[in-house]
Amino acid sequence: MPRDEAGRDAALKEADRVMTICNACRYCEGLCAVFPAMEMRRAFAAGDLDYLANLCHQCGACFYDCQYAPPHEFKVNVPDALAVLRRHSYARYAWPYALSGVFARNGLAVSLLAAFGVAGFIIGFVAFKDQAVLFGRHAGDFYAVMPHGAMVALFGAVALYAVLALALGVRAFWQGAQGSFPVKLDGGAWLAATRDAAHLRYLDSGGGGCMNADEHPSDPRRLYHHLTFYGFLFCFASTSVATAYHYALGWPAPYPWSSAPVVLGTLGGIGLLVGPAGLLAAKWKRDPQVTTRAAIGMDVAFLVMLFLTSLTGLLLLVLRDTAAMGILLAVHLGVVLALFLSMPYGKFVHGFYRFAALLKYAREAKSGRVFGQE
Amino acid sequence: MFSGDSFDVLVAGGGNAALCAAITARRSGARVLVAEGAPKFYRGGNTRHTRNLRCAHERAIGHLTGPYPEAEFWDDLLRVTGGQTDEPLARLAIRRSAELYDWLGAQGVRFQPPLGGTLSLGRTNAFFLGGGRAMLNTLYDTAERLGIEIVYDAMVDGLEVADGRFVSATVAQNGGYRTIAANAFVAAAGGFEANLEWLRQAWGPVADNFLIRGTPYNRGAVLRLLLDRGVAAVGEANQCHAVAIDARSPKFDGGIATRLDCVVFGVVVNRHGERFYDEGEEFWPKRYAIWGRLVAQQPDQIAYVVIDRKSIDKFMPSIFPPYQAASLGALAEKMGLDPSAVERTVARFNAAVRPGAFDHTVLDDCRTEGLSPPKSHWARRIDEPPFYGYPLRPGITFTYLGVKVDEAARMVLADGRLSSNMFAAGEIMAGNVLGKGYLAGIGMTIGAVFGRLAGQGAADAAR
Repeated sequence: MPRDEAGRDAALKEADRVMTICNACRYCEGLCAVFPAMEMRRAFAAGDLDYLANLCHQCGACFYDCQYAPPHEFKVNVPDALAVLRRHSYARYAWPYALSGVFARNGLAVSLLAAFGVAGFIIGFVAFKDQAVLFGRHAGDFYAVMPHGAMVALFGAVALYAVLALALGVRAFWQGAQGSFPVKLDGGAWLAATRDAAHLRYLDSGGGGCMNADEHPSDPRRLYHHLTFYGFLFCFASTSVATAYHYALGWPAPYPWSSAPVVLGTLGGIGLLVGPAGLLAAKWKRDPQVTTRAAIGMDVAFLVMLFLTSLTGLLLLVLRDTAAMGILLAVHLGVVLALFLSMPYGKFVHGFYRFAALLKYAREAKSGRVFGQE
Repeated sequence: MFSGDSFDVLVAGGGNAALCAAITARRSGARVLVAEGAPKFYRGGNTRHTRNLRCAHERAIGHLTGPYPEAEFWDDLLRVTGGQTDEPLARLAIRRSAELYDWLGAQGVRFQPPLGGTLSLGRTNAFFLGGGRAMLNTLYDTAERLGIEIVYDAMVDGLEVADGRFVSATVAQNGGYRTIAANAFVAAAGGFEANLEWLRQAWGPVADNFLIRGTPYNRGAVLRLLLDRGVAAVGEANQCHAVAIDARSPKFDGGIATRLDCVVFGVVVNRHGERFYDEGEEFWPKRYAIWGRLVAQQPDQIAYVVIDRKSIDKFMPSIFPPYQAASLGALAEKMGLDPSAVERTVARFNAAVRPGAFDHTVLDDCRTEGLSPPKSHWARRIDEPPFYGYPLRPGITFTYLGVKVDEAARMVLADGRLSSNMFAAGEIMAGNVLGKGYLAGIGMTIGAVFGRLAGQGAADAAR
C-alpha cells in the first residue's frame, strides 16, 4: 500500500500555517492543552506539530470560538488541520514502517483481517477437530474445540507482536517530538497525564462540554468514550483474572456467571457495546467542518471491531452451553485476532500517542516556559 | 425570517451591547427583535475580536485576582481620557461594572484565568473563555432560548423618527426591505470604522491606507441615521483608536492576530529611512495606542521596525514572518527602502546609545544621548545579524463619534430634550464615557452596562 508523503507534507504545512496564526492570537489558550503547548514555541518543527496534533482531543470548541474560522480569509480550522496531521502521524511513526500504508486503507484492511480471522478459525477447527466437535454441545468448555495451549500460543504471540509494534511506534513519536530519552520516571508528570487521560479532561472545551453537531456544546462523546475505554479495561481485567485463575489457582474455564472473570467481562462487554455505538452515532452527526472525512474509515473500523468483539463475546457467554458455541467461538476468536493484529495500524494507537503527548505536556507545563508577552 | 412587522423592542446591532439589551428587555417581558447587519458568521461587530472586560470589584471574585476599587478604575479612566469623559456616566459605568461578572455568568458566559501574555490584566479584567466569539455564541444561545428573534444580514437602512420618538425602521432583508415598527428602539450598532468613505471625509485621502481591524459591516449606518434625525452627537469624526499593526494584514477583520509589539526593541523608520518618534517613550498599552496615529502621520502611512538578533524572540510571535537579512542594507532593500538611508539612521542611532542595564519590564536606563528624536528607554545598539524588519500601518479599531445619552442610556436630542423611546449602548455611545484614549476592556464594560440599562429602559418604554 502506498504511503502518502505528499499528503503528510501538505498536512504539516497547513498545521504550521494555522498554529502560526493561533500563536499570534492566543484567545483559545483556556480551552485545552494544545494552545498553552503552542505558546511555548515560536516556530513549529514536524515533531512539534505531530505532538500538538496528538494533544488535540478534537472537541471542536476552538473552531466555533475562532474569529478566523472559514469563511474568514485566514481559514483557521484547528480541529481539522490537527486531525488530518494526526492521521499522517500514525503512519509516520508506525513500526515496521513498511506497514504504515495500512492507515490509509484502514477500513478495508481491518475488514479483510476480520474476514480471514473468522474463516481461519472455522477452517482450523474443522481441520483439527471432527466436524461433530464443532457443532457439539460442550457445556461451555471452549477448550473442547480449541486446546488451551494452542489458544495461548496463538494469542500470546499476536499480543506480544502488537505490544512490540505499538511500543516502537510510540518511541519514534516521542523522539520525533524531542521528548527526553530515556523517559524519566518523574511521578508528578505521569500522575498528571494519567489523570488527564482518565478524565478526558480536554474533551470538555475548558469545562463546557465538547461541540459535536454545531456550536452548541453537548457532551455525548466524552461519556461514550468513557464507556468504551473503561469497557475495554474491564474486559482486559477479566482476561487477566482468568489467566491468574488458570495458572495460579489451576482453575480452568468455563467460569460460573457470578465469577470475577464473567462479571468483569460482562460489564466491560456492555460498555463496549454502548460506547462504540454511541461514538458511531455521534460521528454521524458531527459537523463535517471540524473533522476530516479521510479518517472516517479508520475510526469506523475500530469502533465496529470493538463492538463486534463485545457482541460475539457476550453471545458466546449466553450461548456457551448450546451447539452454537463452536461457531461462535470461531467468530469471536477471529474478530479478536483481527483486532489484535490491527491494533498497531489503526485507531487503537491514538490512545498511546495521546498519552505520550499528555505526558510531554505535563512536563512542559511544569517547566512553565511561555514565550512572548503582551 | 421573523414572525411579524411589529415588536415591543427593536435592537439594531448584534454585539455585546445589543445582546445585553435584548436579553434584559426580554427578561422584562418584551417581545424583542435583534436586527444584525452582518451575516451570522460575522455577527457581533467588534465584540468578536474582544477578549475581556474591565470590572471594578472590592474583593477577588472568580478568576479576578484582586481588588480593583471603583476609585482606581476612575483614576485609570481619567488618565487615559485626559478628562474627556462625562463624569456621571463614567462613574455609573464603573459602579455597575461590578455586577457584570456575575450577570454575564448567569447568561452562561464562562471566564478563565489570564494566561500567557496577559497576566498584568488579571486583576482588572475578566477574560472570556475562548475569547469574544465564544462569549457571543453563549449570549446568542441564551437569547434564542429566551425567545428573542434574531435576523442576520439585516442592515438598518432607514429610521422613521417623529418628534424625537422612534416609529419604525427599514431593514434590508433577502434583497428587499421590510419596515419594522416597535414601541422602543435600542441602537447598539457600533461605530463607522469600516465605512471607508466616512473615514475619508474625516481624515482625507490618508484614510485610504488605513487597515480596519474589525468586520466590513461596522459601517455606522444607524449612527448616521440617528445624527440625521436630530439626535445629539458626542465626539469628533476624526477621532479613532488606531494601533500600529502589520502592514501585510487584510484590509478588514484582521483582529488581534495582526498586532505587533516590537517597536520598543528597535528603531522605527518611515519610507525615507528616517526615525520620527521616541520608540522607548512608554510601556504597552500606552505605546500600543499612540503608534497607529504616529504611523498615520508619516508619508504613505507606512513605517518599518528594524530590530536585530537580540530581540527577535522577546515579543509575541507575529502572524507574518519578518523580513530578514544578514546586513542592514540588504534588509532595507527587501523592504523597499533606501539602503544607505537606513544604514545611516541606524549608525547614528547606534552611536548615540549609552550603556545601561536592559530590562523591558521597567523604564530602564538604556537611552540615547544627543539624538533627535531620542529613544528614552530600552535603547540597545542594532548590530547583531541577522537583522529583521516588520512593516507597520495604522489599524483602526473603533471610532469615538457617537450619540449622546443620559444615565438611563436614553438618547439626548440635539435640542437638549430626551427621546421617549430611543436608547443607545456600546460603541455607538462609548464616546460619552471615553472621549479619547483607551483602557483595555472598557469597550465591553460600557457595552454591557449601557446595554442592560438600554434594554430595561426600552422594555419599560414599550409598555
